[in-house]
Amino acid sequence: MDSDEGDREPLSRRAEWSDVIPLPQDDGPNPVVPIAYKEDFRETMDYFRAIYQADERSPRALCLTREAILANPGNYTVWHFRRLVLQALNADLYEELDFLQQIANSNAKNYQLWHHRRWVIERLGADARAKELELNKEILSRDTKNYHAWSHRRWVLQALGGWEDELDYCHCLLEQDVFNNSAWNQRYFVITRSPFLGGLKAMRESEVRYTVKAILAQPINESPWRYLRGLYKDDIEALVNDPQVFSVCLKVMNTKSNYIFALIMLLDLLCNDFQPSQEFRDAVDALWTSDTHPLDSDLAKAICYILEHVDSLRAGYWMWRKSKLPQAA
Amino acid sequence: MGELAVGKHVKYILSVEKRKDSFVSVVMDHIRMNGAYWGLTTLDLLGKLNTVDEDEVISWIMECQHESGGFAGNIGHDPHILYTLSAVQVLALFNKLDILDVDQIATYVSGLQNEDGSFSGDMWGEVDTRFSYIAICCLSILRRLDEINVEKAVNYIVSCKNLDGGFGCTPGGESHAGQIFCCVAALAITGSLHHVDKDRLGWWLCERQIKSGGLNGRPEKLPDVCYSWWVLSSLIMIDRVRWIDKEQLVKFILDCQDVENGGISDRPEDAVDVFHTYFGVAGLSLLEYPGLKAIDPAYAVPVDV
Repeated sequence: MDSDEGDREPLSRRAEWSDVIPLPQDDGPNPVVPIAYKEDFRETMDYFRAIYQADERSPRALCLTREAILANPGNYTVWHFRRLVLQALNADLYEELDFLQQIANSNAKNYQLWHHRRWVIERLGADARAKELELNKEILSRDTKNYHAWSHRRWVLQALGGWEDELDYCHCLLEQDVFNNSAWNQRYFVITRSPFLGGLKAMRESEVRYTVKAILAQPINESPWRYLRGLYKDDIEALVNDPQVFSVCLKVMNTKSNYIFALIMLLDLLCNDFQPSQEFRDAVDALWTSDTHPLDSDLAKAICYILEHVDSLRAGYWMWRKSKLPQAA
Repeated sequence: MGELAVGKHVKYILSVEKRKDSFVSVVMDHIRMNGAYWGLTTLDLLGKLNTVDEDEVISWIMECQHESGGFAGNIGHDPHILYTLSAVQVLALFNKLDILDVDQIATYVSGLQNEDGSFSGDMWGEVDTRFSYIAICCLSILRRLDEINVEKAVNYIVSCKNLDGGFGCTPGGESHAGQIFCCVAALAITGSLHHVDKDRLGWWLCERQIKSGGLNGRPEKLPDVCYSWWVLSSLIMIDRVRWIDKEQLVKFILDCQDVENGGISDRPEDAVDVFHTYFGVAGLSLLEYPGLKAIDPAYAVPVDV
């Protein structure tokens, strides 16, 4: 059955539906939100209601749910009934995956679609893994930050495996767009949970190098700075003592542009007993050109002051940070 | 700075329900319960809840309830936790919670809690921290939080906490302002905010504000009026709202209005809808914009309810 508007044959004229009495929407006598329907859609839903009420789990019911879903993929009752029908008919769920892929083209953020997809994969099991991860990539290729797709992808990896190529995939996406926060999040997910990598500590050094490269390519990028911080989860001392970390702060500050996150990282290091060499002081001083308001002699205070001005939307935050700094000895 | 076009927005909301030939309203049919919550709460915030027929609304809502105790998105649809909360919230707006069989609803909601403390949306089992919030908010309004295992529920939410201080939909899920709201509000309602690293999360949240004054939901994404709610209410609940520029945010929300026809859109110049109209007005309420009722940041209904 074709649901293209151009050549859709009304259900009332299809022989295979002649025994069914369609049920119209019951809005009650005084509908709170009366709405007008497009004729085709109205008819599809009237027939669906009839089949749903009769609990008819037949091949034609399956076709009807397909039509209803294509017309309105948000209707969760139709999806629910489709699952019941698929179960009753013991339908080919690989075909179902193809159907879902078709809908995903224009409805990639639809909750029901993703939930239904998970239900299908749960039934297909590990055999479906490789194909599913590929299909998922197709969806992500159209919207690389699709929250549902990423969430589903993580579920597939954890339930069925397939970790081997995941870090490479993250890298591919970051090469296309180093600002992709979802890809950075996935990278963290992989290095901490993949059974093929050694875990966070083992991966730390190579990941720091990777992240530093990304930072130098685009210093005003929230994600790698947060990622860097995340690599040292629970081990702030190691963060403070890692030359890769304080060096990248210095490098970025010395370019005198796009330095906000570098300053913020330096501030965090100072708050954790980092002992800066004179180079750091000089680099910070070079960022501030006003004579009327000279910078504080305390480096951390000076940084807060600069940030109040160059990141003024968050002036409230920077003033608070300054107030929390330990008083100079 | 512009002004909030109150009259236009009221007209818009009332007209949305009555608009003919709108395919958009057709496809929203199954989530009418959510639409009712967005529209009616907005009207209440604007002081105009009395413009609707309370009895009509309430009798329609009760027709959406199933034997299980759960409510559906509309008559003839299946129950889901999403619509159950909206139904309860709308009845709360009208101060008619007493017509409910609270036992029945409490049984439905608590039945959706899983072994690990998480909640499913309905019998089909989708798990998401959104549902944790919904369950907790709903039962709290009905004063039946004791029907669920609160400790496990809290533990599950905490397992979704990320290193940036934010929360995702499931463990390992990317921090997202919408999910953060759900987790923080759930923790607030259950008296468990001590699990939140308020300084770290507060900074992540205030970083959502971009040059235009608007807020996005994740790093490097576009601003959207609905984040005026998700981000702002979260900041208020953890007592860090001074970290954003309120004036710029007010300006952004007002710029998202359609001052000719009423309604608010996700960002300036886009098409309006009831969802964004609600979040824009709710955000302005949190920002203490004059003339609006105060809204509770955790329960998302006016404080006087």
